[in-house]
Amino acid sequence: MKTLLLSTALVALSLSPALAGKAFISNERGNTITVVDTDTWEVLTEFDGGNRPRGIIVSPDGKKLYVCASDDNLVRVFDTETYEELPSLPSGPDPELFTIEESGTRLYIANEDDNLVTVTDTNTREVLAEVPVGVEPEGMGISPDGKFVVNTSETTNMAHFISTEDYKIKYNVLVDQRPRYAQYTADGTRLYVSSEIGGTVTVMDIAEDGAPTVVGKLTFEVPNVQPEWLQPVGVKVTEDGSRVFVALGPANRVAVVDGESLEVLDYILVGQRVWQLDFTPDQKYLLSTNGNSNDITVIDVAAEKAIRSVQVGQAPWGVAIID
Amino acid sequence: MLKHAQALLASLIFCIWAGSALAVDVRAAVLRVDYPTLLPVSRHDLRAEDIGFAGAALADEDNGTTGSFMGHTYETLTRAVPPEGADAALEELLEEGIRLIVVQAGAEDLLRLSDRAAEDGALVLNAAAPDTDLRDDQCRANLLHIAPSNQMMADAVAQFAVWKKWGDWLLIEGSNPADMALGAAFRRAAAKYGAEIVEERTFEDTGGSRRTDSGHVLVQRQLPTFMQGAEDHDIVIAADATDYFANYLPYHLWTPRPVMGSGGLKPVTMHGAHEAWGATQFQTRFEELTRRTVAPEDYNVWLALRVVGETVTRTSSAEPEVIRDYALSDAFELAAFKGQKVTFRQWNGQMRQPILLYDGRITVSVSPQEGFLHQRSPLDTMGLDQPESQCTAFN
Repeated sequence: MKTLLLSTALVALSLSPALAGKAFISNERGNTITVVDTDTWEVLTEFDGGNRPRGIIVSPDGKKLYVCASDDNLVRVFDTETYEELPSLPSGPDPELFTIEESGTRLYIANEDDNLVTVTDTNTREVLAEVPVGVEPEGMGISPDGKFVVNTSETTNMAHFISTEDYKIKYNVLVDQRPRYAQYTADGTRLYVSSEIGGTVTVMDIAEDGAPTVVGKLTFEVPNVQPEWLQPVGVKVTEDGSRVFVALGPANRVAVVDGESLEVLDYILVGQRVWQLDFTPDQKYLLSTNGNSNDITVIDVAAEKAIRSVQVGQAPWGVAIID
Repeated sequence: MLKHAQALLASLIFCIWAGSALAVDVRAAVLRVDYPTLLPVSRHDLRAEDIGFAGAALADEDNGTTGSFMGHTYETLTRAVPPEGADAALEELLEEGIRLIVVQAGAEDLLRLSDRAAEDGALVLNAAAPDTDLRDDQCRANLLHIAPSNQMMADAVAQFAVWKKWGDWLLIEGSNPADMALGAAFRRAAAKYGAEIVEERTFEDTGGSRRTDSGHVLVQRQLPTFMQGAEDHDIVIAADATDYFANYLPYHLWTPRPVMGSGGLKPVTMHGAHEAWGATQFQTRFEELTRRTVAPEDYNVWLALRVVGETVTRTSSAEPEVIRDYALSDAFELAAFKGQKVTFRQWNGQMRQPILLYDGRITVSVSPQEGFLHQRSPLDTMGLDQPESQCTAFN
């Protein structure tokens, strides 16, 4: 009865005239998803997200929200309008991060406990393949042409390039300790892989056939911050590739990097233990999830400045944004 | 020009891939010396038959998974022997051509085994002995210490106590040499961090069985009497490396105070409830493979063999001198579920690592504590620092 009332209220809300964008934040400890209006930066609502929600993405059509409910060992699915829960997807054990192809059909999920990447069909809700990778798979990036999925394995310290045609690993590239996140540029010619414990981001150029070549490494230095706390996790690149933003974990900063020269231009002070990042679809704003201060920071992308923070649930982990 | 450079780099990278076809078969061993000891005070501390070896099994799996992408294989032999069998067991391993040996043994045996291993160019990784001397004037060039020293453990506790502003300590020390060595480490820690040992007492080890059907009745009557009349203190520090009294201290004191050290809040390298920094994955992998929870010695052995694995991955060599030199170089770094990379002190071969403070259920805190600074690494606030160490074998 309560749920019914709540969903009625939410439907009423979603009928309100403002067609503002929405940010969905997974709260790892709170077991909830916070919804934030990206115009007013007000919290719209918070709903149950399953046990230990971490990785969070939206289907390419913007209609479905996918959440890795790590302790439930499945991917929970929600309607982005009504927040109603839809049938879950099988994910393999302990899903943490995932990525989806442009058509919205195949979901690629990292299973931290099983050294596997699970490929799940979002329509039939069937597991299409399980790809053995290195120890503790975590980061998942997909090439813009959809031909490769890159998985990072935290204890093996590699980026594994998996062909989406035959689900075979075509290339392995050693990176620094505990790689967390893999992010292609929009044109697919470059890939950034962050190494949390190594304190670096490995930069690779990607050839037309998808073959990677390591061309550089980002390192970070902040006065009065111990180098041990400069732990790169989330990475996002602007559409034109000119700016790379790197979340630096317990350093409580997001680094701004020149995508051409690979020089670090600035460090934006955000909340505590910054994990993941996402742009608003128009790329005007970048949001960071700050796990230890229970808030998100809104960064003005053009100005490269933090403009405000919004209190969300307990231990915010990931963020996904729609129009 | 840039294109050229990239092409060059590309061929270089390609070489690395092609190079992975050059197989490396890594053979290592764990040599564990089992000393006759009394049973522990708590059944929770019973030593598993495969203590340490279980860590080796997981390390072989972890290293092997990575190796499968590189063309490297890992095999670790395990040998458990009584003290009198240690030398013969080492001879056998050396005869089999093994030059990477993790040792779980007391300091005296460890040194003798390391010196014999050095004659054959073998590298020894210490996974158990905590004696500070081994990192000081008794250090050896072919001996790397994975296990933390008594001094690192004492400093880890001391930093937490000082952070809490619990600066007045009552030190209760056991009467065995190992207890006194640990007691000495706590005295140095107090001096280093400005805590004061307001009083010291020795709890005599009178031998005999540690548990009886109704032992708690005697403990409840005797311990408070032993503890009464002490100078005012904030905490009780227990130095009981032989495990015969410290676990009885909490709740049986005269003055109600927290206990730290060998009882109460204990410094450990790992425990089965630690989950931060991705450790949950380590725990579940370990439990699936071994059907029990992890003990610090398992973790130490796992970490020793991960040092080997990481070095082989980066150098494509399993030669002991290559592994030693790489591990001691600035390039070496390893993630170990401690929130920051672990590395080696280049002056005495000691691995730096954060120390967990464990109350028997959860991670209460992790040292080094906030605010304890060092010009090199906050981790070097724990244990013998370079200017204090008399070790010259690494110069």
